[in-house]
Amino acid sequence: MTTKDQVEHEEGVTRRNFLYVATGAVGAVGAASVVWPLVDQMNPSADVLALASVEVDLTAIPEGQTLKILWRGKPIFIRHRTAAEIKTAVADNGATDLIDPEDDQARAERPEWLIMVGVCTHLGCVPLDQRGDFNAWFCPCHGSHYDISGRIRKGPAPRNLEVPKYAFLNDTTVKIG
Amino acid sequence: MGSSNYQPTNKAVKWFEDRLPILGLMHSTLGAGYLAPRNLNYWWNFGSLAGFMLVVQIITGVILVMHYTPHVDMAFRAVEHIMRDVNYGWLIRYTHSNGASMFFVVVYIHILRGMYFGSYKSPREVLWFLGLVIYLLMMATGFMGYVLPWGQMSFWGATVITNLFGAFDFYEGMGESILHLLWGGFAVDNPTLQRFFSLHYLLPFVIVGVVILHIWALHLPGSNNPLGIDAKGPGDKIPFHPYYTAKDLFGLSFFIVILAIFIFYMPNIMGHPDNYIEANPMVTPPHIVPEWYYLPFYTILKAVPDKLFGVIAMFASILIFFVLPWLDGSKVRSAKFRPTTAFFFWLFLINTLYLGYLGTKLPDEIMIDMAGGIDALTMGRISSIFYFAYFIVIVPLVSRMESTKPVPISIAQSVLDANKKG
Repeated sequence: MTTKDQVEHEEGVTRRNFLYVATGAVGAVGAASVVWPLVDQMNPSADVLALASVEVDLTAIPEGQTLKILWRGKPIFIRHRTAAEIKTAVADNGATDLIDPEDDQARAERPEWLIMVGVCTHLGCVPLDQRGDFNAWFCPCHGSHYDISGRIRKGPAPRNLEVPKYAFLNDTTVKIG
Repeated sequence: MGSSNYQPTNKAVKWFEDRLPILGLMHSTLGAGYLAPRNLNYWWNFGSLAGFMLVVQIITGVILVMHYTPHVDMAFRAVEHIMRDVNYGWLIRYTHSNGASMFFVVVYIHILRGMYFGSYKSPREVLWFLGLVIYLLMMATGFMGYVLPWGQMSFWGATVITNLFGAFDFYEGMGESILHLLWGGFAVDNPTLQRFFSLHYLLPFVIVGVVILHIWALHLPGSNNPLGIDAKGPGDKIPFHPYYTAKDLFGLSFFIVILAIFIFYMPNIMGHPDNYIEANPMVTPPHIVPEWYYLPFYTILKAVPDKLFGVIAMFASILIFFVLPWLDGSKVRSAKFRPTTAFFFWLFLINTLYLGYLGTKLPDEIMIDMAGGIDALTMGRISSIFYFAYFIVIVPLVSRMESTKPVPISIAQSVLDANKKG
């Protein structure tokens, strides 16, 4: 006379095995769903995410000058480039020392206005203006040299200076964010 | 920690001990019940000095929190308020800031003592691990504590160190997601300051927990000693109390004099003047330097031209200590009987100090004025290579090939022989 459990046992998997795994799985999902809020609270909160975009009046920036503004806690560089600078930037599109190759045309919607996040892509310092091997941006922390298009050319930084989302509202006003 | 032969004579104490045997635990851990090798020298003082500094940091830290406000608009002013307005605030803050440095000094000597006398070797590997865990927790705690005054070095140190984790950019946007999670925003800002404050308060108590495990793991095999041989018979050991409690307190009195010299006569020598300028996210100081106790690792980071591998090399330079018990294949523990090992140990120490010195230099500063000038970056690369070569090549080879000097039969015998000669 065999019971149901003994039959199952001979097949290798018992109801007990199934219940054991199912309980464990439900427990694991439950634990993970409790842990997630504890981790996600560290991510940017709603008020941080809701930070308004900034509008910048470009008439105040003379040619050959860079304006620095703060957006989302980070500096933004707005460079009014000279014709010579634009020429250099475009000519360097094919330079062999580009670590993160990108055309200048893709980085500046209007070539005279180069708009970038002023944060070195190495470890987050603010690069200095008109310094370094390319007389453009140079990060003093660990020696990254950027060219006049904000492209990394020499040093430890892995990527070009980031170009934020922006739109020209008219010829003299740009909205960042 | 184990069984105790503690026999209280007082009836009330005995009544209590029968219900909670905590006095017996103390007795067998730090009292007369713990038998330690009779030949411990003053290098064995630094464990209890580290414990002392941990207590000092917790007491001064808890007091500082009573006067501090963790908010970007108020933190910098709160620290000045402590310095200028709070009664003895300057003393408590200077003790805490210099105490952090002295805590690291003491722990570095404690680690180096373990390396020289082979305290990491079997059967003390887990004891060694727990010590390294304490050290890692100290590094995290020290870093977050340095951010709290919200000066320029606080802010930019936090920016550079958190950005290290952005190097783990294995798919598009991964690095950025990690950073946003760490910061609670798009840059180091108020949410970052608040979470660092929370963790800076918590971690010291985690350290206390690991210290208890560290002492527990110590008391199974017992303390190592300058000879590196096992203490066997009763002639090899003496009770911790009163012998080593007295010796440790004597050493402590000297240590407190040194700590006091820093606090009263040069309280800012370990700090950076830029940290008395309030944090400004628009201006990076011309030269960012971490606290001195991170400098050798900072040089290793700077020496590697690739961001991800630089970060990996920096973490590896610390984590490699975990495998030291297996890299070292010698049967003899103490470098006293391993002349080649001792030689390379001192070379390693000098090289690591030099790595620290290079950490304060700009990459293109000329270090050696020959062959057209060798800059700090090149020297940093050479020193970093030696640092890793010590662990990966020198220790494994030397420990297995070196012919060691004869090791004494017992601690007691060695002490008797020394007395005869003297």
